[in-house]
Amino acid sequence: MTSIEGALLDFKRLDRLAAGDTALHRLDPRAKVIVTFVFIVTVVSFGRYELSALVPFFLFPAILVGLGNLPAGYLARKVALLCPFALVIGLFNPLFDRAVALQLGPLAISAGWISCASIVVRAALTVGAAFVLLALTGFPAICSALERLGLPGMFVVQLHFLYRYIFVLGEEGGQASRALELRSFGAKRPSLATYGSLVGHLLLRTWLRAERVHRAMLARGFSGAFPTRTVGRFGMAEAAFVAGWTAFFLFLRLNNGAQLLGSLLTGHFS
Amino acid sequence: MSHHIVEVKNLRHVYPDGTEALKGVSFRIHHGESVAIIGANGAGKSTLLLHLNGYHSPTAGEVRIGDFLLSKGTLPGIRRTVGMVFQDPDDQLFMPTVYDDVAFGPLNLGLNGNELERCVADALERVGAAHLAAKAPYHLSGGEKKRVAIATVLSMSPDILVLDEPASGLDPYARRQLIGLLKEFRHTKIFTSHDLDLVLELCQRVILLKEGEVRADGPAAEILRDERLLAECRLEVPLSLQGCPICGKRQG
Repeated sequence: MTSIEGALLDFKRLDRLAAGDTALHRLDPRAKVIVTFVFIVTVVSFGRYELSALVPFFLFPAILVGLGNLPAGYLARKVALLCPFALVIGLFNPLFDRAVALQLGPLAISAGWISCASIVVRAALTVGAAFVLLALTGFPAICSALERLGLPGMFVVQLHFLYRYIFVLGEEGGQASRALELRSFGAKRPSLATYGSLVGHLLLRTWLRAERVHRAMLARGFSGAFPTRTVGRFGMAEAAFVAGWTAFFLFLRLNNGAQLLGSLLTGHFS
Repeated sequence: MSHHIVEVKNLRHVYPDGTEALKGVSFRIHHGESVAIIGANGAGKSTLLLHLNGYHSPTAGEVRIGDFLLSKGTLPGIRRTVGMVFQDPDDQLFMPTVYDDVAFGPLNLGLNGNELERCVADALERVGAAHLAAKAPYHLSGGEKKRVAIATVLSMSPDILVLDEPASGLDPYARRQLIGLLKEFRHTKIFTSHDLDLVLELCQRVILLKEGEVRADGPAAEILRDERLLAECRLEVPLSLQGCPICGKRQG
């Protein structure tokens, strides 16, 4: 099955983006984590029928993509992949919530449609911001930033290992399913029992590998605590980055940016 | 110096499922010796190696590293003395970047600052992997992974280097690099391998295991020429000692 391996390669590309060398890449990871967190909280805190006020928030990922020299199309495709899941969540809103909220000439738009669209937009915003953070910082740096911000060490170790071995597990899974495909001759779909045994084997192999990894850690003096190097410094640039974006988000949370821009323009032209 | 001696006496190991992997193995390896432990699949090589570092505790018999009998109390010291490189480098490289991985051992030993930097840089330099420091392990090729795995152990300056199948899965160039690298390591080396040509190049002494027992223990050049003995243990005379396939002439 090439799809697993393809997905892995795609994932590795995201990882490589973090090796870039722009001013944004060089910022202390903690600043980026904090700003992304504030962004997500602000976006999620809007009322369920809010739509227009959310739109200006797209500026945040757009500006970071621009300054960070990230491939916009690639990231947009990643976000688009996840949007259908958000759509499923909001799918029933138009059916249950039929009160007319907006009248565009003969077209009446119900509140359900608006809340559904709001869910999708929020998903795109939050997922997009998370991908941008990942592409600008890299997973390991995010983990150590979280640790320095106070996340318990145990969780950080878990995250580290999850990320490190997702590639190995993915490769093993890819190999196993390719072996399965090569011997099923495209005749019919393998039965559930076959898949069950395949997944079971993967689990056992993971278990054995975990044991071997633990041995390798013991061999190098592991005694329970995970030593980490601390790199990066929270300086003026970081403080300005956090303060600037937070102020911007707060402003957009308290004022409807789209409306503001609209009235500014119409006021100007009238 | 006695602290680089590896001594194994009547070592027996029985796995929980009842398989008797080692049936009374004894040998003594001196400082600076380079020894290969060879044998068929399932002869007990890996089990034996895991005893040298205290992952397995003997069912009977004893393991002595230098002046210390292997026991729970001496374990941390022994693990510092014996550097172990595992067969699959993916098991050994578990940190986000190569640098972090090589620094893992020294950090656990309490090194930091400039000392740590120097120690990591030295280890990477020795295996020719200085340019890989910032890379993630899953972005490396097989040969690179192997060299970095060795660096993670070298960074702790072990007195005894133990390697399980160091050359498995390497292309000829990477294998040649590895041989050069191991030749440079002057301390005691113990490794298992099915690559008997590599054994011939690196070792003066060979311990041949058969079904959990020492079948032969002696000079590599002697044991590796003994066709009958090797065949009995499911092995073959290394290619470099076999006659030329065309004229039948032997080297040297």
